[in-house]
Amino acid sequence: MNFRLKIWRQRSAEDRGRMAEYPVKDVSPDMSFLEMLDVLNEDLTQKGEEPLAFEHDCREGICGACSLMINGIAHGPERAATACQLHMRHFKDGDTLTVEPWRAKAFPVLRDLVVDRSALDRIVQAGGFISVNTGSAPEANGLLISKETSEKAMEAAACIGCGACVASCKNASAMLFTAAKVSHLALLPQGQPERAARVKKMIARMDEEGFGNCTNQYECEAVCPKEISVSFIARMNREYLKAQST
Amino acid sequence: MAEALDAKTPSGPLEAKWDKRRFELKLVNPANKRKFEIIVVGTGLAGASAAASLAELGYGVRVFCFQDSPRRAHSIAAQGGINAAKNYQNDGDSVWRLFYDTVKGGDFRSREANVYRLAQISSGIIDQCAAQGVPFAREYGGHLANRSFGGAQVSRTFYAQGQTGQQLLLGAYQALCRQIALGRVEMRPRAEMLDLVTVNGHAKGIVVRDLVTGKIVSYSADAVVLATGGYANVFYLSTNAKGCNVTAIYRAYKKGAFFANPCFTQIHPTCIPVTGEYQSKLTLMSESLRNDGRVWVPRVKGDKRSPHEIPEAERDYFLERKYPSFGNLAPRDIASRSAKEVCEEGKGVGKSGRGVYLDFAEAIRQVGAEGIRERYGNLFDMYAKITAENPYQTPMRIYPAAHYTMGGLWVDYHLMSNLPGLFVIGEANFSDHGANRLGASALMQGLADGYFILPYTIGDYLASTGKRKPETDHPEFKKAEEEAGGRIRKLLAVKGKRTVDSFHRQLGALMWETCGMSRNEAGLKKALQEIPVLREEFWKNVKVLGEGAQLNQALEHAGRAADFLEFAEILCHDALHRRESCGGHFRQEHQTAEGEALRDDENFCYAAAWEFQGIGRPPVLHQEPLAFEHVKLSQRSYR
Repeated sequence: MNFRLKIWRQRSAEDRGRMAEYPVKDVSPDMSFLEMLDVLNEDLTQKGEEPLAFEHDCREGICGACSLMINGIAHGPERAATACQLHMRHFKDGDTLTVEPWRAKAFPVLRDLVVDRSALDRIVQAGGFISVNTGSAPEANGLLISKETSEKAMEAAACIGCGACVASCKNASAMLFTAAKVSHLALLPQGQPERAARVKKMIARMDEEGFGNCTNQYECEAVCPKEISVSFIARMNREYLKAQST
Repeated sequence: MAEALDAKTPSGPLEAKWDKRRFELKLVNPANKRKFEIIVVGTGLAGASAAASLAELGYGVRVFCFQDSPRRAHSIAAQGGINAAKNYQNDGDSVWRLFYDTVKGGDFRSREANVYRLAQISSGIIDQCAAQGVPFAREYGGHLANRSFGGAQVSRTFYAQGQTGQQLLLGAYQALCRQIALGRVEMRPRAEMLDLVTVNGHAKGIVVRDLVTGKIVSYSADAVVLATGGYANVFYLSTNAKGCNVTAIYRAYKKGAFFANPCFTQIHPTCIPVTGEYQSKLTLMSESLRNDGRVWVPRVKGDKRSPHEIPEAERDYFLERKYPSFGNLAPRDIASRSAKEVCEEGKGVGKSGRGVYLDFAEAIRQVGAEGIRERYGNLFDMYAKITAENPYQTPMRIYPAAHYTMGGLWVDYHLMSNLPGLFVIGEANFSDHGANRLGASALMQGLADGYFILPYTIGDYLASTGKRKPETDHPEFKKAEEEAGGRIRKLLAVKGKRTVDSFHRQLGALMWETCGMSRNEAGLKKALQEIPVLREEFWKNVKVLGEGAQLNQALEHAGRAADFLEFAEILCHDALHRRESCGGHFRQEHQTAEGEALRDDENFCYAAAWEFQGIGRPPVLHQEPLAFEHVKLSQRSYR
């Protein structure tokens, strides 16, 4: 397969950046999108042109490092998949593919397709945890949690922190990310003591970081590689309202 | 030969050793803890749990990781579960049984006292993680659920769907985030450790490269903890994340820390086979698949028919044929080697010929496609996504891949290396798995080290040595900074013709061929001749573009590949010296008449700890003799 790639190149945070075009030839349909970029980078290096910078690590859809806007869709056209799980067989021979970094005020570009997502870490630091020191935990089976509750919490906890939800949202909102952590911990009995304070602190931090608000477009759910439901955003809103009144 | 290494294992009965030692350990006065600074490198299960626990105790902690966030460390990818001797299933589990299974599974090459302590601590880990909000699988009554795993006859594995590593890591990451918010941990992501700094023989700091600005910066501390994972990427293709590397522990080795049992590497039998030259990594599928799948190849070599066209009589179910009693559930190392053998006989399947079928047709006939979907739905989906084949209709193709490394820096009972002040935890140390790790034991060990062992033992070191943190303008720091900077300039100045990736791939292929699933003297000697040649070519002909003072991923990879090109020699050296087969180390010259690993307890019942002597020069061997007082040395048999 052959493709024409239009890719965002930006030398540093200060650089203005531009789209650049590259042809790629003899691509195997079994390659992942990132492996296709590896091949491009080998070619660029051979030609003396600096290779493209992009984030990647586990290449099996769990670390959350990869972060490519492919043809305007976060992680590309394959549903419930990260860019590293997207294979070239999903494209047509001869296609033009546009590759851009995550775009959001809270995610400044560092180089090419690499952005700074540390704002998401800071939202967790604001309260996305249960305060329990090592050693002070009670016997695990002393606290019974229904299978249903545990599974619901797991659905929210499955978030890989990639930021696709932010990138796909016209408001660059981090509501789905924040709601997933708020819900995971609010659903569990262990999370109750800090429940109200947590949601207030995390939302305050989310706003401070420059993320927008939710206007119910559900783009985030559509691109989420872990298919995290927007119903968690509704849950977070309820949590927030309740917390305001306590 | 140098004198035997002393692990400083406590005396007395096995069950009381850890209690006794915890009482003997010196304590740091709570008011003094904040005066001590500790560096932790790596934020996987071991690093994140240690950093959070140390900060809770009151120490000043600085944490480094090369990823953009501590949450992305490769522990995140562990699927199956975490073992603990809770005996919730009332099936006869106990601390003693977990200890016994782990020692035996490790093929009698681990330290008994360490393994016993690990089993003792295991229950507390589950309590801690549950309290953090890890959403473990539950029974309808609300109690924690368990599953079975290889190498054990009891059900002691706790899990969170197929994402146990992710959930445990997020638990530790959140504990770490809490300490960052409290100002007790200073977190430095996108920072790669390039050297360890020792002052008067004590580990007192590190030199790191800021991966965004390219700046080389020194950090000093009262102690250094390395939690930087394993080195399976020496094979290039492995189930590890692309960034996993040996650099931090290899640099420490060059500064005098001993590297123990590097040849103990684990190959996982159920991975998706290589499809082409461009392949960047291999994806593992939980070995639970072997509970229902039957492994086979065509009976005749070169048979290119589709699997449906091959009648039963023309199939070779080779694991069932060779191991009638364990069949498709033979241990990881045996299943892997058997697959390699049939492929070498020309019976391998798929385009590359490096694959065997894992067939669920019979299981589907028995329990229906729905029954199989319930058990393995997510794995079948993952397989279909990667290969575009439907495993409900066409047998899966699988092949073994490098997965985990039991070897690592040598540590004593306190998890301290031979360099005072340098602690090594998680996969980065050589520790508790001997020559073979059992499934669901890596998560247990990483968290045991980080939550419940290191926080006590490091206090003993600090209390004994007092505050000795040097300033970063100390000549040792300046020297290390200059070396690290010089090496980067050198890499950029080669301006050769070959990419870093091409060298790393070539090294990986050589290592896989000569030092992978099975090894022999001739192959290892060949590798020891070829590695230095490849390394020399690397430094003459590598092409790294761009500058040092910027985000430069090719440069990062070049530094890691350069270290693998040196480290690979130590690995082969260790494999050559160990003239026996045990666990993941299979020497073709040493096997039973049935083709099983043949240990030589007479001559090799020790941990081999290697001391650096210069690049390309053979390292010096230090032995830690291993005594088995509680588990009788025996030959494994799975026929």
